[in-house]
Amino acid sequence: MIEELLQSSPGWANFGIFFLLGAVLLLIVLGFVTYGILAERKVLGYMQLRHGPNQVGGKWGLLQTVADVLKLLLKEDIIPKAADRPLFIIAPVIAFAPSFMVLATMPFTDKFQFADIGVGLLYYIAVSGLTTFGMLLGGWASNNKYALLGGMRASAQMISYEIPLVMSVLGVILLTGSLNLNDMVEAQKHGWFIILQPIGFVVFFIASIAELNRTPFDLPESENELVAGYHVEYSGFRWAFFMLAEYVYLFAMSALITVVFLGGWLAPISFLDFIPGAVWFALKFSVVVFVYIWLRATLPRFRADKLMEFGWKVLLPIALANIFLTALIKSLFF
Amino acid sequence: MSGEKDLEQLKKEAVAKAKAAAAAKRKAMELAGGSAPAEDTAAPTASAEPEASTPASDDGDDLAKKKAAAVAKAKAAAAAKKKAMELAGGAPPAETAEGDNAPAGDDAKAKAAAAAKAKAVAVAKAKAAAAAKAKAAGTSADSDSDAAPIGGDDEKAKAIAAAKAKAKAVAAAKAKAAAAAGGKADATAAPAAEAKPSVNQAFLDKYVKVISEHLGSDVLEDSYINKLSKDVPTLVAKRDTYYKIAQFLKYNELLGFDYLSELHGSDFETHMEVYVHLFSYKNRQSVALKVKIDRSEPTIESLQPLWAGAEWPECEAYDLLGIKFPGHPDLRRILLGEDWVGHPLRKDYEPYDVEV
Amino acid sequence: MIRTEEMILNVGPQHPSTHGVFRLVVKIDGEIITEAKPVIGYLHRGTEKLAEDLQYTQIIPYTDRMDYLSSMTNNYILCHAVETMMGIEIPERADFLRVIAMELNRIASHLVAWGTYILDLGATSPFIYAFRDREMIINMLNELSGARLTFNYMRVGGVKWDAPEGWIEKVGSFVPYLRGQLIGYHQLVSGNEIFLDRVKGVGKYTKEEAIQYSLSGPNLRSTGVKWDLRKDEPYSIYNRFNFDVPTSEDGDCLARYHLRLQEIEESLKILEQAVEQFPGEGPIMAKVPKIIKAPKGEAFVRIESPRGEIGCYIYSDGKKEPYRLKFRRPSFYNLQILPKLLKGENIANMIAILGAVDIVLGEVDG
Repeated sequence: MIEELLQSSPGWANFGIFFLLGAVLLLIVLGFVTYGILAERKVLGYMQLRHGPNQVGGKWGLLQTVADVLKLLLKEDIIPKAADRPLFIIAPVIAFAPSFMVLATMPFTDKFQFADIGVGLLYYIAVSGLTTFGMLLGGWASNNKYALLGGMRASAQMISYEIPLVMSVLGVILLTGSLNLNDMVEAQKHGWFIILQPIGFVVFFIASIAELNRTPFDLPESENELVAGYHVEYSGFRWAFFMLAEYVYLFAMSALITVVFLGGWLAPISFLDFIPGAVWFALKFSVVVFVYIWLRATLPRFRADKLMEFGWKVLLPIALANIFLTALIKSLFF
Repeated sequence: MSGEKDLEQLKKEAVAKAKAAAAAKRKAMELAGGSAPAEDTAAPTASAEPEASTPASDDGDDLAKKKAAAVAKAKAAAAAKKKAMELAGGAPPAETAEGDNAPAGDDAKAKAAAAAKAKAVAVAKAKAAAAAKAKAAGTSADSDSDAAPIGGDDEKAKAIAAAKAKAKAVAAAKAKAAAAAGGKADATAAPAAEAKPSVNQAFLDKYVKVISEHLGSDVLEDSYINKLSKDVPTLVAKRDTYYKIAQFLKYNELLGFDYLSELHGSDFETHMEVYVHLFSYKNRQSVALKVKIDRSEPTIESLQPLWAGAEWPECEAYDLLGIKFPGHPDLRRILLGEDWVGHPLRKDYEPYDVEV
Repeated sequence: MIRTEEMILNVGPQHPSTHGVFRLVVKIDGEIITEAKPVIGYLHRGTEKLAEDLQYTQIIPYTDRMDYLSSMTNNYILCHAVETMMGIEIPERADFLRVIAMELNRIASHLVAWGTYILDLGATSPFIYAFRDREMIINMLNELSGARLTFNYMRVGGVKWDAPEGWIEKVGSFVPYLRGQLIGYHQLVSGNEIFLDRVKGVGKYTKEEAIQYSLSGPNLRSTGVKWDLRKDEPYSIYNRFNFDVPTSEDGDCLARYHLRLQEIEESLKILEQAVEQFPGEGPIMAKVPKIIKAPKGEAFVRIESPRGEIGCYIYSDGKKEPYRLKFRRPSFYNLQILPKLLKGENIANMIAILGAVDIVLGEVDG
């Protein structure tokens, strides 16, 4: 269906359909963010011997995030006097927009996908890098020293971890012979890449945490050092945009890991094929999200210089070795 | 042995105290004889209490056992009894404070005994290593009777204390215990305590001697043992020799006070005073250094160059009392802020804001 | 040409990791600190000035508010100073209650230090675990004194309240429980590579420096000085108990971290023995005059608080109020070395070093 639409001549109807579909996806993503945040709070709560939200929306706190978002919407919008006004306003948008854009190539199932482009993986990584720009801008425009330091850390971290992220996934690309995400899923019919590329997966997973700015790599917004890092001066809905970007990236990155390493919508064993792909995707996806939350509950934060060291001296060489190894295996056995 | 003499003196004290005199004497007698059954010594009054055991000799051991029984009868808990028995059995005292330095054999025992007595007399004074054991025997609730000291052991303990005093400051605690055993720690018994020089007297004498040898005899205004403050040797420096003495206290190897524990000022209306409590980790000894300064123009050299830890306390003294410390690298109003008017701990301080 | 410029950053007084209203003015070059200057006094309440118009018993609640994480030791230091001056002998049962209360409070304080330290380093869960166990102690002390934080429990001559029925047994059963928990603490944090990266070799100083800067408590012992006033200048009934003074030779933040956990274990040992030897009955107050008047003269006594050496100086002119009262507050002294330690470190290390000093601002500011 999407293919046909892409081939059809442009027109208002065409635009309308795309717009509608985009809106639907946005709603799905917002729904995820709403309950992703709730899930994070609940899981963290139980891991920390607490209950988490349990008042708003029944005993599971199902409406807690909704109430929080409403509160943020109603909050007074504060722009510091000394801030660089235009940049301050545009920074959250720059941070959020790419997070939603990357979802365009994501094959949730074999049918539910927006753009099946040839360089899906490359597109994802390239576009996601833009968000860091938003963070840096936000940090700079706030005219706050903590924010500036946070923005600096964000960009330094992005540069350091984008490289191992790409390098680690090169092994998968070698085995697939394509950058297309659909092809990657198809290539996992006989074995997930998490098994074929364990080293690549570990490096990718670690680098992805750094990309997501989550514990233990949450240096840009480390509350104990930089108070809240780049978004310290933001409040209300502008702040919500940064948080939204963060959780949409959580969504996108979990989806990407599911697609690239966990076989996407494919069932683990062929006789379980009768269960729809969407369910499989959701299950794997949830496991990845859970692991992210779990790590957050357990680990302390890296130090900035150690983080750089770890990225350049440990992850990058391992990723490179992984490429070499994969190339060797591929030329010998396939 | 001059122990007899000591005993005599102590007896006199006991009489002077006019408190359970008969009981005390009986105890002393019993100790001299070493044969009186312990049960008999149990005083009829509620306040009387069996004294500490003294396992200095085999006889002593025997006696101690009996004593332990008496203690048990009188009041002590089961644990106390066990400990006393242990002590009687000659078991080495549990490793406590100065375990490493504790001399073996009789010395240790004597110390234990002394400590026991110290405990019985006053908890506040007790400082000895083996007190843990001894206390079991020596202390029970409401003990306010004085335990008569045993001449020989007391003497021994004192001899040890004296010997130690020369060599090691570690002995201070033990010596104190020994002295406490002899004297009365109770504040009400001040005359008795004065009759007996404090154990820290030796240290004070040493400090004064070393200082006068090196800096001259007129640098100190006064020196005494502060009985209220756990017998800390106190030196009162003159205004112009204060820094020199402090420097000397730190760098002289006999003194070696490397740690500044406390520094503060006080306003005494007639004058200001800076009180410094120093401690030596080498010798494990304390000293208090005081200096009186002019109240209208309170200025005194800073100790910060000697002890870096004096930096903030001096700032605090400057902030709250207005004492200036020339030589201080960064004298600022550390607590109240530079815009505060007046120095609150001065007795003539008027709150600037009348509404507060 | 790149033009670089030093930046002045105000850390605090409202900052999540300064543990109160503490302010650090740091000059930074990138993230490297070139100069740090602590600014204190935001919580100065003038306890010493107020005390000059108060009777001794009335001062006790003020001491609660100095080091509010270990009010019991603060209560004790004041009572101890007055008792030393007056030569009051404390009933055995009161002494036991005091020691148990102080050791429980020491454990609670170290648990907070542990939890908040890991929180400073970015892990949230250990904080909650530490507070769960601390909560049990706080509840016990609440049963004893009627307050959760500002206990106001001790009096000159003894303690205010006797232990409620079954309380001692409760303390006794808490000891093995916390021992089990401590194993979990170590498993969760002590071996964590990221954690070790953050603290190992960070904030290092030598024995000489520690003594020179008047550090005390775990900060001093982390350099190998085996000195604990409970052991070396025993007060109360500490000489009855068998316990160790843990030390370390490393002098870094990791050493201080481990020392605090080891001190919890030592305190548990003391508690165990104290519960065992606890006298069944007896008075909890010595016979003291209705109006307490310290004799004319001065006294300075010091004891071991969780943060180090807490001291109290009293000059009395024989009246019922002290003429001059001064507390030697360990956090105040321990902080002095901070500018020296922070030079050349980055911002993340700043938090690690400050956290390892373990300050309480109520105490720093007096």
